[in-house]
Amino acid sequence: MKLTGKVHKFGADIDTDAIIPARYLNTFDPDELAKHCMEDADPLFPEKVQAGDIIVADKNFGCGSSREHAPIAIKGAGVSCVIAKSFARIFYRNSINIGLPILECDEAADAALNGDELIVELETGMITNKRTGEEYQAAPFPEFMQAIIHKGGLINYVKAKKS
Amino acid sequence: MGMTISQKILAVHAGLDHVEAGELVNCQLDVILGNDVTSPVAISEFDRLGYEKVHDQEKIVLVPDHFTPNKDIKSAEQAKILRDFAKKQGLTNYFEIGQMGIEHCLLPEQGLVAPGDLIIGADSHTCTYGALGAFATGVGSTDMAAAMATGEAWFKVPEAIKFVYYGKMPEWVGGKDLILHTIGDIGVDGARYMSMEFTGEAIDSLSIDNRFTMANMAIEAGGKNGIFTPDEIILNYVKNRVKRPYKVYKSDLDAKYLEIREYDVSKLEPVIAFPHLPENTRFVSEATDVEIDQIVIGSCTNGRTEDLKIAASILKGKKVHPEVRVIIFPGTQQIYLEALRNGYIETFVEAGAVVSTPTCGPCLGGHMGILAKGEKALATTNRNFVGRMGHPESEVYLSSPAVAAASAVKGRITPPWEV
Ligand code: SF4
Repeated sequence: MKLTGKVHKFGADIDTDAIIPARYLNTFDPDELAKHCMEDADPLFPEKVQAGDIIVADKNFGCGSSREHAPIAIKGAGVSCVIAKSFARIFYRNSINIGLPILECDEAADAALNGDELIVELETGMITNKRTGEEYQAAPFPEFMQAIIHKGGLINYVKAKKS
Repeated sequence: MGMTISQKILAVHAGLDHVEAGELVNCQLDVILGNDVTSPVAISEFDRLGYEKVHDQEKIVLVPDHFTPNKDIKSAEQAKILRDFAKKQGLTNYFEIGQMGIEHCLLPEQGLVAPGDLIIGADSHTCTYGALGAFATGVGSTDMAAAMATGEAWFKVPEAIKFVYYGKMPEWVGGKDLILHTIGDIGVDGARYMSMEFTGEAIDSLSIDNRFTMANMAIEAGGKNGIFTPDEIILNYVKNRVKRPYKVYKSDLDAKYLEIREYDVSKLEPVIAFPHLPENTRFVSEATDVEIDQIVIGSCTNGRTEDLKIAASILKGKKVHPEVRVIIFPGTQQIYLEALRNGYIETFVEAGAVVSTPTCGPCLGGHMGILAKGEKALATTNRNFVGRMGHPESEVYLSSPAVAAASAVKGRITPPWEV
C-alpha cells in the first residue's frame, strides 16, 4: 500500500487528551470525533486537514489513556498515516486495531517540515520526502499486520479470516 | 542470544522457538479479562464480528468492579450487559457482587491466572499478574473483542529493563515503596513498551502481596508488563489455587537487557508520590507538612490481606484524627472475610474508619469517596493524575498502607514510626 500526503508537524508527548479531549468522548462516531481531532494541540487542524494527509510528531505520541477514540478521531479526519519517533504502547495497539497505519522513524520525523509531501510504502517501511528527495527506512509491518491495516482494522480482519 | 522470561512466554504462545525484541507475533491467549467499563464496548464489537460463540467459555473472565454495586442507572445498564452476555455465552468466570472483588485481586486469588500464562485484559493494570511469572498486559476494547472470538492477540515482543534490588529492607519499607521509588527514578515513560523484570536479594524474600503491588504499577512507568521469576513464594501461592497445568519460565543468563538498574533498598524510606504524577516522589520524612482530608486504603495496588494487616497493626487501639475521613476497601470477599476473622475490621471500625464492600470505588473517582474542590487525599492506589479522585482541583498523594494508617491518626502525612 502506497500513501502520499501532506505533513502536519507536531511536537513531543502529544497525549490522548490533546488528540481528542475527554469532553467529546460521548460518541464513537468517527465523523463527530474528527471535528475535534488534535483540537487542543492545534485548534485549526480539523479545518486544515485533508484526506490523505500525514501527521508527523516527535517522541511518545498518544501517551495517556487507553481510549480508542484517539486513533479513531485521527482516522476519521482522513489522516492516512502517523509518523513519529515513538508511540505510547496502548495507542500503538489501538491504531493498528482500528486500521490506522503508524510508523516509527527518527530521521523522517526530524527532517519533515510542515507542508512537505511524503510518500510512504507500508510494505517496505520506506518513506520518501518529495521536497528533498531523501529516503528513510522505518521498520516495515509484518504481513499479518499489513493485512489488518489493509482490511481496515482488527474486527474486519477477523471477520474476513472467519469466512 | 538468549531470551528474557517475557520473550519466552510470547514465543511459546506464538508457536515459535525464538523471538527477538521488536518482532510482531500472533499468540494464543490463556486468559482474557474485562470489567464493567471496557467490556460493554468489547461486547458490542464482538457482536459486530458475527461470531455466535466465544472461542473458549473458560478463558474469558468478566468482573464488574468499577461502579458496582451499581452506582447509578447508567452503571446498572453497563453491568447488565456483562451479566446478560455471560449468561448467553455460558461463561464460567463471571463474578457477581457477593463473589466478586477488584479484578486484579480476584483473579490470582481464584487461581484463574498462573505462571507462564499469556494474559490480556481490557484494563491497564492487568500487568499485576506478572507477580506470578505470567506475561500480562492491558489492551483496548477491540483487542478484547477479537480475543473473545478467536482466542488470539498480536504482540510486539518487548525489550526489557532489569531492576535489581539489593540490601536489607528497612522496617516499614515494602513493595509500594520500591515501585514508587523506581518510577520516581525512571519517570512515567521510563519503561515505555518494555518489560520490567524485578529481581535481586531484596525481592527473593518479598511476600507475594508486595510483589502484586510492584507488578501492578509497571504501567505507571509506561511498561508493557512487569514480571517476577517464579520461585518458592510464587509456587506456594499458586499450588492449591490453580487447577490446570502451567509452566515455569526463567530468563536465560545471556538474555539481552536494554538496561540494568540497581537499588540499595537499605537506604530507602517509605515513599510518597506527590500530585499529579506517580513519578513525583519524595521520602516520607520530606512530606510531613502535608495535611490530609481523606485517606483511602485499598485498590488493586494495596487492597490485599497483608496491606490490611499492616494498617490494622498501626490503627489498633487508636483513633482516626477528627478532621480526616478514612475509607478502607478490602480487595475481594475472601480478603474481607479474612480481615473480619483476624479482627482487622473491628480495629478499623473502632478507630473510626469506614469499611466498604470490595469495589474500585474512589480509586478512579467513581463513587464511595469523591473529593471536593481543594481537598487532599492520601491513597494506597496507583494513580494521582489531575482529578483522579474527584474535583479537578483536588489532590491525590500515593503511599503504602503503613504510611496511610499512620497519617490517618495524625491528620497529616506521617512516618509509621511516629505513631
Ligand atoms: S482499583 Fe483502581 S486502578 Fe485498580 S482496577 Fe480498580 S479503578 Fe483501576
